[in-house]
Amino acid sequence: MAEFLINSGWNPNLAQIVASTLGAVVLASFGLVWVIFSIWLERKFAGRVQDRIGPNRTGPYGLFQTFADIGKLLTKEDITPKGADKHVYNFAPILAVAGIIAIFAVIPFNHAWVGADLNVGVLYFVAVGSLATLAILLAGWSSNNKYALLGAFRAIAALISYEVPMILSLAVPVLLAGSMSMQDIVKGQSIAYVFVVPVSALIFFVSQLAEVGRSPFDLIEAESEIIAGFNIEYSGMKFAMFYAGEFIHAFVICILTAVLFLGGWRGLGAGEPGYELFGFLMLMAKSVAVYAFVMLLRNTLPRIRIDHMMAFNWKFLVPLALVNLLVVTFLARPFVPDYAAAEALVAEGGLAGLVGTIFGAGFIAELPRAVVLLVANVILFIVATQLLHRYGEAQRSKLGVQAVPPMRATAMASD
Amino acid sequence: MQPEFGQWFIFGLFTVFIIGGGIGTVTSSNLFHAALWLIISLFGVAGFFVLLAAPFLAAIQVLVYIGAIVVLIIFAIMLTRRLMGLREAPNSQWAYGLVGAIVTFAVLALGLVLASTGESPLLVSQPISEITGESIRDLGIALVDVNQYVLPFIVASLLLEAAMVGAIVIAREDE
Repeated sequence: MAEFLINSGWNPNLAQIVASTLGAVVLASFGLVWVIFSIWLERKFAGRVQDRIGPNRTGPYGLFQTFADIGKLLTKEDITPKGADKHVYNFAPILAVAGIIAIFAVIPFNHAWVGADLNVGVLYFVAVGSLATLAILLAGWSSNNKYALLGAFRAIAALISYEVPMILSLAVPVLLAGSMSMQDIVKGQSIAYVFVVPVSALIFFVSQLAEVGRSPFDLIEAESEIIAGFNIEYSGMKFAMFYAGEFIHAFVICILTAVLFLGGWRGLGAGEPGYELFGFLMLMAKSVAVYAFVMLLRNTLPRIRIDHMMAFNWKFLVPLALVNLLVVTFLARPFVPDYAAAEALVAEGGLAGLVGTIFGAGFIAELPRAVVLLVANVILFIVATQLLHRYGEAQRSKLGVQAVPPMRATAMASD
Repeated sequence: MQPEFGQWFIFGLFTVFIIGGGIGTVTSSNLFHAALWLIISLFGVAGFFVLLAAPFLAAIQVLVYIGAIVVLIIFAIMLTRRLMGLREAPNSQWAYGLVGAIVTFAVLALGLVLASTGESPLLVSQPISEITGESIRDLGIALVDVNQYVLPFIVASLLLEAAMVGAIVIAREDE
């Protein structure tokens, strides 16, 4: 793009600036346009799960429902509460959306499409994510409302706590790929990391769910307890910005899970030079699959209590993430993939050659490490769940409650 | 090499952020607003790190200072209701503060001038394009290399650990 402008007689500096700006606008618009679709998707999905039809009046399959909502929100009165801190109050929704849109800059959509392939991409994502925390804090404080402040307190406590296991589990893909660049992490996944370190993938996914405040961790807004939390005083388009921000964030965590643990744009030969669009679609397909799982969780699980949420984090997720990081560090060291040797092995032919031509030479290079780590992770998972089971038994016996199978329980209740 | 206009512009912008944010921090009587001005100032510093081809430090600056320290400061302010309603300066030590600030500035400026002039200047001007992206790797290796900084690194970690244990002991209820 920049080259084209320079060739057609533009000033090189100006051409560079125009091209970069356009790239940023396209990337940001992608997130904002996607949210229009994803709100419809979510409502339709929730409808089906709850045995309803969902929106079906506006346009085919109710596809234009979101536009109707936007029109309604735009025409609403913009209210600023009397005691509010005006500038901070108006700035918070902007920061909430901008902080999340900024994450798109480091997501690799295929081997060539990436906003900025920073060599500290993972760190950038964590740093930008902390801006969203700030937005919630600003909104809760500046509204001058007790419920908003309470909601902000809850949100900050949850966000800060869940950042610890998130970063610990994020360190594992960085360790395996030997780089903090998102693009290098995708390129290192000839075997998707979810099959290598499933425990890390699980911890990352759970802590991300908590960061977004999605059910079962949606006690940030808990309608029944604190009405709507930090955004209670917002109306019209400002509320819509928080709302859109939450939806974009929910999808961003799915993209990140796909990039870091599901192999990103790779798979079925996608994303190789010449198949750029296929790589992009591959990533989106993986992300939507994760998103479907998130929606399913949202519509089936009840909200958990704040003290349970904290206990779960500090007493289970953090120790598990720490042990997992230690195990991976020690076991991954002797099995660093040797891509050159694997290429040679494939070239020799035989069984290795056959596997290599099907799955690629990288698959053979990463296979030993993958097997070792997978076994270690499965053992770790079994030990962890056994400990949880013991703990549950102990708690129940302390209360004098017998563990009753769910079927029996309902039968007894109807007696 | 003469820096381009774009670099000058960005440098100026971040300078305005840092100085403006700093002035806002010390002049604002509302503690909450002071913390917000501090964020702008710290953000400018992160921008400087990017200009100096140190994206790792820039990310750490945003993550640690803005994401953790300022959020903690704001949290503490929010928990102490009385401090939030203040409308005038809570103490009258600005004169001492002014002297301290001028002395610090003089020492820093002197150090900078001495380092960049003289027989063998410590500061060498080098085009940013010649600084390679390997600085993170160097940093990581330096922290675990026995011949370099492994001892200070471990001592610092132990100190932090002791501080954390101490914090827990203080905060703990008596049993």
